[in-house]
Amino acid sequence: MNVSLVLVVIMAVLYAGGVYAMLERSLTRVLIGFLLLGNATNLLLLIVMGVPGGAPFYGDDGPQSDPLPQALVLTAIVITFAVSAFLLALIYRSWQLGHADLVEDDAEDLALRERAADTSDVMEDEEDDADLDDEATTDFVGLGAAPLTIIASSPDIDREDER
Amino acid sequence: MSWSLLVPMLVCLPLLGAAITLVLGQHRRWQVGVSIGTLSLTFGIAVALLLVVDAGNPLAVSVAGWDLPFGIVLYVDRLSALLVAVSSVVLLAVLLFSVGQGAADGDDDTPVSIFHPSYLILAAGIFDAFIAGDLFNLYVGFEILLVASYVLITLGSTESRIRTGTVYIVVSLVSSILFLTAIAMIYGALGTVNMAHIAERMTELPQDVQLALHLLLVLAFAIKAAVFPLSFWLPDSYPTAPAPVTAVFAGLLTKVGVYALIRTETQLFHTSDINTLLLVVALATMVVGILGAVAQAELKRILSFTLVSHVGYMVFGLAIATEAAIGATIFYMIHHIVVQTTLFLAVGLIERRAGSTSILKVKGLMKAAPLIAVLYFIPALNLGGLPPFSGFLGKFALFDAAAAEGTPLMYVLIVGGIVTSLLTLYALMRAWNLAFWREEEDSSETEARIAYLGEAPEAQRQAERRVIPRIMTASTVGMVAVSVALTVFAGPLYEVCDRIGQSLLQPISLVELGSVEEGS
Repeated sequence: MNVSLVLVVIMAVLYAGGVYAMLERSLTRVLIGFLLLGNATNLLLLIVMGVPGGAPFYGDDGPQSDPLPQALVLTAIVITFAVSAFLLALIYRSWQLGHADLVEDDAEDLALRERAADTSDVMEDEEDDADLDDEATTDFVGLGAAPLTIIASSPDIDREDER
Repeated sequence: MSWSLLVPMLVCLPLLGAAITLVLGQHRRWQVGVSIGTLSLTFGIAVALLLVVDAGNPLAVSVAGWDLPFGIVLYVDRLSALLVAVSSVVLLAVLLFSVGQGAADGDDDTPVSIFHPSYLILAAGIFDAFIAGDLFNLYVGFEILLVASYVLITLGSTESRIRTGTVYIVVSLVSSILFLTAIAMIYGALGTVNMAHIAERMTELPQDVQLALHLLLVLAFAIKAAVFPLSFWLPDSYPTAPAPVTAVFAGLLTKVGVYALIRTETQLFHTSDINTLLLVVALATMVVGILGAVAQAELKRILSFTLVSHVGYMVFGLAIATEAAIGATIFYMIHHIVVQTTLFLAVGLIERRAGSTSILKVKGLMKAAPLIAVLYFIPALNLGGLPPFSGFLGKFALFDAAAAEGTPLMYVLIVGGIVTSLLTLYALMRAWNLAFWREEEDSSETEARIAYLGEAPEAQRQAERRVIPRIMTASTVGMVAVSVALTVFAGPLYEVCDRIGQSLLQPISLVELGSVEEGS
């Protein structure tokens, strides 16, 4: 089976870029990473189809290509589309709640870590966390830029504050 | 009437129900009626299919009339039918529980009109995954149930749910992409996605290619099944969701992953062997999971960690890879689906009654709510594996199958399994002692003794105590009754599981699948 080298290289670059972007704390970058990974996988499906360029249903003469991977890619694209729409809604909600779009550490995990460590270690940990928050890359500005008007009008936020 | 006509109904009915409940968003009573009706129907169909399939051959349906290796195939054997039947029961009970909860909270205004459609789509996804006859349809089934679960886990979209939901969603996305990549690789190597066809052609591949494909697929499923070291997302994300959602996730979603692992190990890759790796991973899953549970002070977290740890038993049984062991695994899976869900429902009742699920705060429930005490105690003993409950029977069958192999590693795993079982009992009974047996007025001595169980300030907040509607208690009682019935009728159930074990180790061929289809 001959495959196109260009497709393989593009696929590899997309996979690498996707993984790199997904490792970020910023949800928007995670979304971009997911889109890249999804497209990389779609390309992989196209590559396993064999020589590209032929029509899936063409009659007896002329080059034909395997129609099944195309059907699979189509399904995968639709699924990726639906999931990215959901992720966008999630990012918007996270931003609305005043958290930029960062994924924060679990409170229980932090509590457990504090219990396990000595007092001095805990201090160190907290410093680390503070650094981390500053260095975290986000495409939105931090807490200060959160949409105050929406917060004021959202009943959920009030409840969170009372807690 | 041909029985195979019923097979696609398992997916179509819940999807139709989801559409209807979405339209009926303003009429809660109708929504509830449609949901309950749909799930009751699927339960009936699943039981009928189980009886048909158990008496004769498996059923295979080619969707839209495509020829066999090309089109989508729905395939129902004993394993699929049994799992669909059990999950229908669980889905129905949890639905009743959540209806009780929703109605009592009076949340007619909040956007929970989306709950019923999402729940039914989740059911459709679970059923589709269980009856998928080709890998790509399995992937689609997974995606259906995952997208529905994304909605359910962030229900109400409060701050904490968004945070934990994000973790769950991103991890699920990664596993989905791995799964899709594995499918692409397998298609590239074999030119088919039909499971029977894959099993036939797989033997022609070189051993190392088989191993690479095998590991990639197992990796994707192991994330879904929460097998150590890919399990850390689970205790992080499950406890924050609403009680009924956590209950159904804990009971069913990881089991769909385990089901996919069973199919992969027994039918797809019967010539590629990673059993030693799986045994080591199973041991780590059991022990690390249960140590996590012992360190926790919040009931939902304790249960999430025991869930991870008990997935280890199923991987253990799968890795022994004898007929007896596969049978025992399936019995254990059924037991665990029911018992884990029941425990989460019982904790939902505790949360409502006491306003908290932290065992540091909850106390004196034995006198205040004796019924909840019983509803927690029975499944707790069951999960801990005390005789005569089904948990004991399942574990005993697993250890028996392992001892029959008799290698040193098997004995290490048996010891690990027993220790895990005892630690499960310890974690659950400590929670029982603190939440139920402790007096309302605490002695300072007790306070000092449990001081080591610190926890996050977030977990210590006290919600208001609310009345428990009768329907919530009733559905929990129903689930406890089902779990006890698993013990009482363990004999017949075990025979079915044994037959599943025998049939799973003989891979089906495409020709056989075709003949089954024509005959039906």
